Amino acid sequence: MFEVTLELQKDAVEMRKVYANTVREKIVENTPIIALEADLMSSMAMDGVHKDHPQHVINCGIMEANVIGVAAGLSLTGRVPFVHTFTAFASRRCFDQLFMSLDYQKNNVKIIASDAGVSACHNGGTHMSFEDMGIVRGLANSVVMEVTDAVMFRNILLQLMDLKGFYWVRTIRKQATQVYKEGSTFTIGKANLLRDGSDVTLIANGIMVAEALKAAEMLEREGVSAAVIDMFTLKPIDKDIIIKYAAKTGKIVTCENHSIHNGLGSAVAEVLVENHPVPMRRVGVKERYGQVGTQEFLQQEYGLTAEHILEAAKALL
Amino acid sequence: MKDVQEVRELARHIRIETLKMLTGLGFGHYGGSMSVVETLAVLYGDVMRIDPTKPDWQERDYFVLSKGHAGPALYATLALKGYFPVSELQTLNQNGTRLPSHPDRLRTTGVDATTGSLGQGVSIAAGMALSHKLAGRSNRVFCILGDGELNEGQCWEAFQFIAHHNLHNLTLFIDYNKQQLDGTLDEVIKPFDLAGKFSAFGFDVQTIKGDDVEAISEAVTPVRHAEQRPLVVILDSIKGQGVKYLEQLANSHHLRLTPDVKLEIENAIAELEAAHV
Repeated sequence: MFEVTLELQKDAVEMRKVYANTVREKIVENTPIIALEADLMSSMAMDGVHKDHPQHVINCGIMEANVIGVAAGLSLTGRVPFVHTFTAFASRRCFDQLFMSLDYQKNNVKIIASDAGVSACHNGGTHMSFEDMGIVRGLANSVVMEVTDAVMFRNILLQLMDLKGFYWVRTIRKQATQVYKEGSTFTIGKANLLRDGSDVTLIANGIMVAEALKAAEMLEREGVSAAVIDMFTLKPIDKDIIIKYAAKTGKIVTCENHSIHNGLGSAVAEVLVENHPVPMRRVGVKERYGQVGTQEFLQQEYGLTAEHILEAAKALL
Repeated sequence: MKDVQEVRELARHIRIETLKMLTGLGFGHYGGSMSVVETLAVLYGDVMRIDPTKPDWQERDYFVLSKGHAGPALYATLALKGYFPVSELQTLNQNGTRLPSHPDRLRTTGVDATTGSLGQGVSIAAGMALSHKLAGRSNRVFCILGDGELNEGQCWEAFQFIAHHNLHNLTLFIDYNKQQLDGTLDEVIKPFDLAGKFSAFGFDVQTIKGDDVEAISEAVTPVRHAEQRPLVVILDSIKGQGVKYLEQLANSHHLRLTPDVKLEIENAIAELEAAHV
């Protein structure tokens, strides 16, 4: 069960600290976790954990393809590998390895893909992934998620320790906007209705959840009732809630820090067209590559703000 | 080595069964299956700690066929060791089969890792070896790579990783048969000084004849200890090894049998069946 906090303040703890702290906790508890890094250990606050637990945190160096294979071998011998690297390298760089060494042979490996979309900021366009969710959701056995805030990230990480299979968790590294109250829990594959509404439904994931909540406030001031759904599991997607809210509000806007192709917008459109077609708009990155900049600048530049969601919703009304 | 004759007999039968299954089908990866027959016979017939009645036994040694296109030779070996009936070999590549041309651990009993996209098996083997080493377990891991497979950059990532972590419980075999799909290595991508490259990475390198079962067995015995370096065995082999007709072909990587070629292979099978080793 989850509870929403309405303040929309920054999380107290960075997402990378959530990862490092949770991994450390599971190591100390003597679970079979083993964390693999590809020379981005310090970027993910894992250097301290590595120093204290060198048998449980392996820095494999800059060789993402090999890291995926090593994780497969660890899985085949009973360990629970978590692999972290930047989203771009975890997806584009080693897709065949994800397919062949993990998903096809049902290995038990969790990929933590950081620096999602525009949050790669000053690493710029070369390091910015707008494609990964689409790439990974094409795999037959994959479960694909994007976490919203620190409370959710920790809860999902804890769940993944006990779930077998190929899981993809996309996240930003720094502070997210807090959406959920401490102690909230989440069901993988089931979306969260954050706010009910009757005129339009905003379906968002990742950093766009907070933007959608802000947009819903703005819409309310204009007399429009907007529902907000956090679709943190992209695959398997929660069809029921999409169909229910398409029927209830008759209009859908998707909001993602990703290309509008093959990610959340596409996945929601697929459900609608086969079940309950309604007019929709996709807020997301449109046929562009990234560039350097602050997250605020990039969200503005790529159309990923509450104002852009507001505009898209109004176009449907 | 326990019994040289027994291992040679196993090799002869692996070769016969592999030829029969490919010839029954009418096409397949002949050359690269033949060149690893003796290594498979030594591993499964002498060296590896296995129990075919318990394919998932946690104490077992692990095998990864990184050059996955030699799958048929592995299937023949597994069937002859009793992982599944020899009669099932005739279902190779048939619709709905448990024996696809490249090994699939979810389909075939006894296959430890799914391979076929080249370069990936060696990383999986490295992960297995790391896992056993970190846990202080005595399981060993064996992995056969093709020489053409070394074109893949991922192999070299894995070699650095294996050397860095001193995975002494892992033995790599390079099937140095000097041919890849489109021609010889020298024509496609030169291997240059193969042994020298592995030495430079910090491996213990041994080069032996690819069909010398005693030398293969000696190379991996006794079991290596933590202070020793990881081992790579370069198998100086011949594509199509053990079948004169195939050895003499310019390219035996993949054959689609014409009636003439089929007759040649059938004669070779008859000769092998009649042979007293």
